[in-house]
Amino acid sequence: MSTDEIYEKLTQIFHDVFDDDSIALKPELTAADVEEWDSLNHIRLVLAVEKEFGVKFSAAHVASLKNVGDLVKLIQERAPKK
Amino acid sequence: MSSSLYTELRWLPPKPNEFPAMCKALGTSMSPGSEARALAQFGLATNDLIRLGRNLIRIGPSALAPLQPFKLGVISNALLDLMAPVLTATAARYGIALECVTADFGQTTAEALDAESVINRFRPDAVLMAIDHRGLPLRFVAGSRELHEEGVSASLQVLTTIRQGFQENAGCVCIVQTIPPPPEALFGSLDRSIPGTPRSVLEDLNGAIAKSIDGTPDILFDVASLASTVGLSTWYSPSEWNLAKLQFSEACLPLYADHVLRLIAASRGKSRRCLVLDLDNTLWGGVIGDDGLDGIKIAQGDAVGEAHLEVQQLALDLRSRGVVLAVCSKNTDEIARQPFRAHPEMRLKENHIAVFQANWDDKATNITAIADTLSLGLESVVFLDDNPVERDLVRKELPQVAVPELPDDPAHYARYLAAAGYFEAVRFLDEDRAKADMYKLNAERATIRARSTDMASYLATLDMEIIFSPFDQIGRSRISQLINKSNQFNLTTRRYSEADVAQIERDEHVFALQIRLIDKLGDNGMISVVICRPADEGDWEIDTWLMSCRVLGRGVEVMVLRELLGAAREQGVRRIVGRYIPTERNALVRDHYEKLGFSLLSRDSDGTSVWVLPVDADVTPVPMKVTRQFPAVEASR
Repeated sequence: MSTDEIYEKLTQIFHDVFDDDSIALKPELTAADVEEWDSLNHIRLVLAVEKEFGVKFSAAHVASLKNVGDLVKLIQERAPKK
Repeated sequence: MSSSLYTELRWLPPKPNEFPAMCKALGTSMSPGSEARALAQFGLATNDLIRLGRNLIRIGPSALAPLQPFKLGVISNALLDLMAPVLTATAARYGIALECVTADFGQTTAEALDAESVINRFRPDAVLMAIDHRGLPLRFVAGSRELHEEGVSASLQVLTTIRQGFQENAGCVCIVQTIPPPPEALFGSLDRSIPGTPRSVLEDLNGAIAKSIDGTPDILFDVASLASTVGLSTWYSPSEWNLAKLQFSEACLPLYADHVLRLIAASRGKSRRCLVLDLDNTLWGGVIGDDGLDGIKIAQGDAVGEAHLEVQQLALDLRSRGVVLAVCSKNTDEIARQPFRAHPEMRLKENHIAVFQANWDDKATNITAIADTLSLGLESVVFLDDNPVERDLVRKELPQVAVPELPDDPAHYARYLAAAGYFEAVRFLDEDRAKADMYKLNAERATIRARSTDMASYLATLDMEIIFSPFDQIGRSRISQLINKSNQFNLTTRRYSEADVAQIERDEHVFALQIRLIDKLGDNGMISVVICRPADEGDWEIDTWLMSCRVLGRGVEVMVLRELLGAAREQGVRRIVGRYIPTERNALVRDHYEKLGFSLLSRDSDGTSVWVLPVDADVTPVPMKVTRQFPAVEASR
């Protein structure tokens, strides 16, 4: 899956979870930049990503995520190769 | 595929693409309550429910009429953040405007015992106790009978303490959960027979929890069965617990919430009561009009036939617990009845069906006719039909009717219907068993009415007997029940307790009657109450006049008036004064006094009207036998 494809799908997930279509994803985006990005929505985000990309994250993975760029990298590493 | 039926609520139609926009539009809607209810009828996933729920929380429960308000507190040993919006959205599916308050993480016993806790100050109608094995004093040591028994009794004690705490401090009922065993076994199959293993401890604890509900107002929520239905490994997600302290997988949350709301709705009398069945390709395979008796598939030994037999068996089982069955089919009546009469493999017989509606009218019209015949609201009706076009039509025309989606394969029809849980109940009483028969009798009365050419001859065919008696000790609780529960045929909606009723019984200045009605199809029991008090100028004022809607249109009110006039004349009263006080529910009797020949005295701006009738007024009797059961003292007076 190309980075662009991942960003495209991820944008959809962000819009869905935060109920906000104006969010534009970039690698440096962090929780501090999105008002609604609280701990609850963080969990929803992780669950939605797991479902959409068919991946499973461990607690260690989730704790290591600093920004959207990290998340995309993690998806690329873990997503089933096709 | 099989467990997704449950986790994805497949009996509900899929959500439209515009769902997010529709949720947003609720904020500016004129009737957000009804629209929210419509939006909640789709098979929504957790994120959809959160979206809808957050909008509803923003709007607030008080702006969601006609949804009925309900206050729910939730306590748990797990994270509850997802719970409030998901439960609030699901509640709209059941016509409930839920206000949900969740306790802080892990606050359970303290929340119940502290009268000033968040939940107790909220004064909920019910508290959901979402507690699992990780929140109870359990130590699983394989082989230790002692720790096994100690764990069961200590855990039961904790749950009982919490229940008593909320009962005392909030005066509310508790929804008490059983606990699904985690899927990880220690030995394997042996776990069930070794004391101290999670599987054997939780089995005993769950049995004890179920028993402890008996005889209390609390409600059992069998989460253990729900979890085993979807699969324990689907239910418990180790990563979701570790990451987010979610008690069970987020994927199961819509199903869990639906079950919570089924129980709450059932406790508020909102469960459905009538199952309307299509015939061709629903109750049997094939089309009776084309394939004939020999051609339809309903036999054992045929895979399609057995699938349809299972639908019939489920319908029969539901009937035996009080659900009324009806038929709605596009068919010629005589042909549609053939299988019921002549097919040896049919489990459903004609006498199981309270209303048989086979004709060529559209199904919405027929379902309305069925509900009318049974004196049930459309919100009590479930409609089962294999044809998606018919299902869509009924959903569109009659949104109150529940219409489950069905898969292509009839083998799953019965399972879909059962999974939807339309007939959830929180109690099962002996009288429930008899209910289906009672509705059938009512339906027979309606059939006689349909056949009779005019009202008077119809009434004459019923062989009615009306029985008047004064208030007495035996009738006291039923009188008080009627006074407090009758809403529609109730002129003043004044509520009196049993103690008030006893007072009226003893007061010789007050004239009060309890009225029973018997007809050839059975004893209807006490169906009407009337109370007159002395007013100015030697008049009587009718303080209370109410009647059960089961006997509407039978002329009972005319006979009651005749009885009142006779009694008034005997007492030297000149006139009878009637008052109509409008409520949201009693428009039915707005013209009651006018119809009975009273003249209008006054009408207030709030709609209250006062009416009068001289005691020598002439009232034509309705054909029924009149019996007066007055004690000897009264008669001699």
